[in-house]
Amino acid sequence: MSSRLTRSNRAGWGFALPGFVLIAGFIILPFFFAFWLSMTNQRLISPNPTQFVGLENYRNLLGLAVITLEPERGADGAILVDARGEAQYPRVRTITRSDAFPQYRGMREWFRWQSGENVKVVIASDVVFMKALVNTLTFVLVVAPTQAGLALVLALLINQKLRGINIFRMIYFMPVVVSIVVVSLLWRFIYDGNDGLLNNLLASLTFGWFTPVDWLGNPDTALGSIMAMSIWQAVGFHMVIWLAGLQTISPTLYEAAEIEGASRLQTFRYVTWPGLRNTAILILIVITMQCFALFAQIDVMTKGGPLDSTQTLVFQSVERGYGKQDISGGSTISVILFLIVLTVSLIQRWLTRER
Amino acid sequence: MASINPANHGLRLAVRYAVLSIIAVVFLFPLVFMIMSSFKPDLQLLQDTGSLRAFLPVGDLSFENYREAFERAPVWTFVKNSIIVTGLTVALSLFFCSLAAFSFAFLNWHGRDTVLAVILATLIVPFETIAIPLLLLVSKLPWLGMDGIEWGWLNTYRVQIIPWVADGLTIFLFVQYFKDLPHELVEAARVEGASWWQIYSRVVMPLAGPVLATAAILKFLVMYNQYLWPLIVVQEESYRPVMVGLQYFFQLNTAWGEVMAYLTLITVPVLIFYLALQRAFIASIASTGVKG
Repeated sequence: MSSRLTRSNRAGWGFALPGFVLIAGFIILPFFFAFWLSMTNQRLISPNPTQFVGLENYRNLLGLAVITLEPERGADGAILVDARGEAQYPRVRTITRSDAFPQYRGMREWFRWQSGENVKVVIASDVVFMKALVNTLTFVLVVAPTQAGLALVLALLINQKLRGINIFRMIYFMPVVVSIVVVSLLWRFIYDGNDGLLNNLLASLTFGWFTPVDWLGNPDTALGSIMAMSIWQAVGFHMVIWLAGLQTISPTLYEAAEIEGASRLQTFRYVTWPGLRNTAILILIVITMQCFALFAQIDVMTKGGPLDSTQTLVFQSVERGYGKQDISGGSTISVILFLIVLTVSLIQRWLTRER
Repeated sequence: MASINPANHGLRLAVRYAVLSIIAVVFLFPLVFMIMSSFKPDLQLLQDTGSLRAFLPVGDLSFENYREAFERAPVWTFVKNSIIVTGLTVALSLFFCSLAAFSFAFLNWHGRDTVLAVILATLIVPFETIAIPLLLLVSKLPWLGMDGIEWGWLNTYRVQIIPWVADGLTIFLFVQYFKDLPHELVEAARVEGASWWQIYSRVVMPLAGPVLATAAILKFLVMYNQYLWPLIVVQEESYRPVMVGLQYFFQLNTAWGEVMAYLTLITVPVLIFYLALQRAFIASIASTGVKG
């Protein structure tokens, strides 16, 4: 007699169908489409028919090798040195263009290091992609824990019972509602090498001792600058989630801790932190996913430069898929990015599993 | 507990407020700088960055930058496009997602749990990983227009709206909320002979105010702040939204005063909206994290 036990297939499907069709068509289909496209040579507009190319796109991105260069020697076997007393090595292109090493054809030098009297060179099929991969992983590894930690500190500060605390909460959260595009532009001004606010501030704090830095124009500081700004923009978001977690902890636990004479640190360690477990897992997963999606900041602030020091996977995927109309190349990067995101979230789940 | 010394207590309180205030300055200064600069001529704007004047309404203030921004770019077109796209997407999303969630929460049908699981699984697919294949897809989709079937959705409003109408998070928020409603309400209406549609529209939705606000705010923030998607699917300025319209201000020599005026123009309405509804905004973000 209860309606919950009677099936209502027609109404049930009918109500869920529009939403499900939209999700299937605009999320699930393109998701699987990406895997297919990554194995073709599809372009956005092309007079030629699309061909299946297997894993070639992946090889073109992921090809990596280490080669050893021996110093040039004279007829007597002694190492030849130049005017500055440094050993001479053959150029990498003598190997990557040689018919003797077809497996290295078309690869370029990524980086090198000295090993005894030889030099080891890492060559890659796609150096820009490799830099994008490393930058993206660096961004995630630095920003995710820093941002989660700072957000927790802010949440603890905001969780105090003080008059007017809501005003501070409102201010800390404010950058979250501002578009990341707007924020990126503003910070371009802050980071400017000549008239930038940051340089001027540091100069006045050190009474002029500080030499101005072109924060976004210097390969050593560009990615770090973007990291700092990204944390500034998004930390309020995660502060609010931590705060929601903090407020689920029963006040009686805090009272008990006070009666037991626990110090502040002990209270945090034994009451607050265990109560935040689920929140912590959620925040880590959400931040990680957001970090992997890094795009707007790069597009507005640096376009991947200087010297590819701020290339990221999404930026490369868009630059190829849209900018160069190379849909298959862009899709291949998308698939690789998704597989990384999936692996990382599975690892996070496994590390934080109930034991 | 240490004995409470009034002087000591006052000092501690002062330190607490000082710490909170310094952090507040860190979060506020770029926005204050943006608003103040939008009223200053370029030369003064650049000179003021050397001192605290950058954050103060001092010097030669005028609406000149705003006037020039409107001359340089079709600002009203961008604003109109953003309002159309954001407004329609939010409205359609609330309707279709709540309808689907109603079905998942109250109706019993074959395949329900599987479909819901598939929808929730899409939550781990970042949009950025499907943007490029989706671009190819929408460039080939048909549409029934005034003069028969047209192919390709690029440079339209629909390409900015339809793919964003349904998403896993919105459906999830509605399902969570509906499951906490007393089921007796629905069953009583059923016994009285109400149709499912009547139960959805007359019984459940009138109770859904809080979750509607949450879902609307989240969708609003996503849609108004869209960048990547309109950037790649809309090349014609007559369909471009405000965030992509920004590119207009970076041709040849950048006039920073105009940039700041445009940024202020597209940001301040959202900030006012946020200040007016800040509890609802913060609650909506918090609700995304309630279920771990």
